[in-house]
Order: sequence, then structure tokens, then C-alpha cells
Amino acid sequence: MAYSEKVIDHYENPRNVGSFDKDDPSVVTGMVGAPACGDVMKLQLKINESGIIEDARFKTYGCGSAIASSSLVTEWVKGKSVEEAASIKNTDIAEELALPPVKIHCSILAEDAIKAALEEYKTKKA
Amino acid sequence: MNYFELFNLPATFDVDVAELSTRYRELQKTAHPDRFANASEQQKLLAVSRTAQINDGFQTLKDPIRRAEHLLEMKGVELQNETQTVKDTSFLMQQMEWREALEDISRSGDEDEADKLERSFKQYRADITHALQDLLAKDDVAATQSAADHVRKLKFMAKLQDELVRIQDAMYD
Repeated sequence: MAYSEKVIDHYENPRNVGSFDKDDPSVVTGMVGAPACGDVMKLQLKINESGIIEDARFKTYGCGSAIASSSLVTEWVKGKSVEEAASIKNTDIAEELALPPVKIHCSILAEDAIKAALEEYKTKKA
Repeated sequence: MNYFELFNLPATFDVDVAELSTRYRELQKTAHPDRFANASEQQKLLAVSRTAQINDGFQTLKDPIRRAEHLLEMKGVELQNETQTVKDTSFLMQQMEWREALEDISRSGDEDEADKLERSFKQYRADITHALQDLLAKDDVAATQSAADHVRKLKFMAKLQDELVRIQDAMYD
């Protein structure tokens, strides 16, 4: 299966790989996995007091499309408000990366990682 | 298609693999192309599709994950090709840790560490499989949902095991 140029770019030069200190109170973590392929994705967001995502990090074990999807969302969420980030859809990710139908689940994984991180943000704030 | 019926075996997770293999050989004989040498084209085609069905049934019932998926399918839960994500944080943390350990071993080539990890994977798979067997024997919705979660975990473990084998193969090359 041929990867699109954008997938290859993110795969070869992944943006924002790594971790934040999970004890930092401004950091929230989203962990998700795709049983169909065994991929695991961790997305961390650093959110300031005004609810703006200042920085993002990811760590993904999976195929090129899963790595590209998570790399792309770390770029997309930076500078966005929590509400804006929550509106990112897997279809936007799949379209941007030109993912074939068999790799759509990678974009779903990335969307769910954002949702899981924002879920923790809500719980933390409450 | 209920493969347990095809092989005339009780529809349980606890399949006797020796018995399954015997039934498989018997069934294969009944659909063997040589038996249809003088048959009509239609009968030949039927024999071919039956052979394919028998082979697929054997592969499904032989493999614990596929067998569990087949049992769940019979209970109305479709796991193959699902795009639902798993959000069990403690399970996923463990998966991440194991992936990191695999990366370390891949770099260091430490055979003892690889053996240790292999034992941990085996123990974890055995525990999940044991619980899965009990859950699949029950008929309520909650047990079925929980069984599906256990199968998903086994799929992650299968992926980890594949990775470990790949790394071990590279070590001994």
C-alpha cells in the first residue's frame, strides 16, 4: 500500500514526539488503543489557565498512518482553545493525510486521543 | 456460518484441538476434488466452495482469538474490523511500558531481558484467556461485553508477541 506524501513526511519527521512531566498540573494525557491493529497512542496537552492549548506531545506505537495522524493533531491543536480542539474530526485528519479506507481507524484513534485528553481536562477542572 | 456445527463440535471456547484436527481431515476427504472428477460442473464448484469453508472453519476454530471472535459473533458481537478504540488507561499504560521495553531490547540485544518479557507476556495472556473462557461460558450481556474486552486485550498481546518474535529473530541471525 502506498502512503501519501504527507503521511511519509510526518512519519519521517514526526512533530512533537515525547512526553511532558505528567505531574505538571497544566498537563493532561489521553491514552487510546486500536485493538484491530494493536496500535497504542499517548497524547499530552499543556493547557493554560485561559483554556488555550499551548503545547502538545505524542508517543505512538503503530503503523505510519497512526504516527502521522498523531503527529498532525499535535500541530493542529497548538494555539487552539479546548472547544476548538474538541471539534477536530477524524474525517479532517483522514482527508489531510489522504488516508485510504483501511487506515481510517488511525485517524479515529487520533480524534479519540484528543477527546480522552480533554476528558481528563474537564475532570481536573471540576 | 456456525463452524462448530460444521465440525460437529460443542460451541465452547474450550475446543479439543486434536479432535478438531481429526474432524478437519474427515471433512476434507468428503470434499476432495478427486471425488468429483466425474461430477457435473456445478457439483465441482460446490465442492470447491465447501473446501474453502472447511479450511476457513479450521483456521477459525484452531486460533484462540479467532475462535473467541466466532463465539462472540454468534452472540451478536462483531469484533473483526471494528474501529472502536480502547480507553482502559491502566491497560494501555502497561502496553506502552511493554512497547518501550521491546524498543530497549531491540537496541541492547539483551537475550535475558527478552526471555523475561516473553514470560511476562505468556503469563498475562494465560490470565486473560482463563478469564475469557469463564466469560464466554455465560450468557448474559455484561459477561459478553466483558468477554469482548478480553479478546481486544488478547489482540494487543498478539501484536506485542509478534514484535518480540521479530526482535528475537533479528538477535539470533
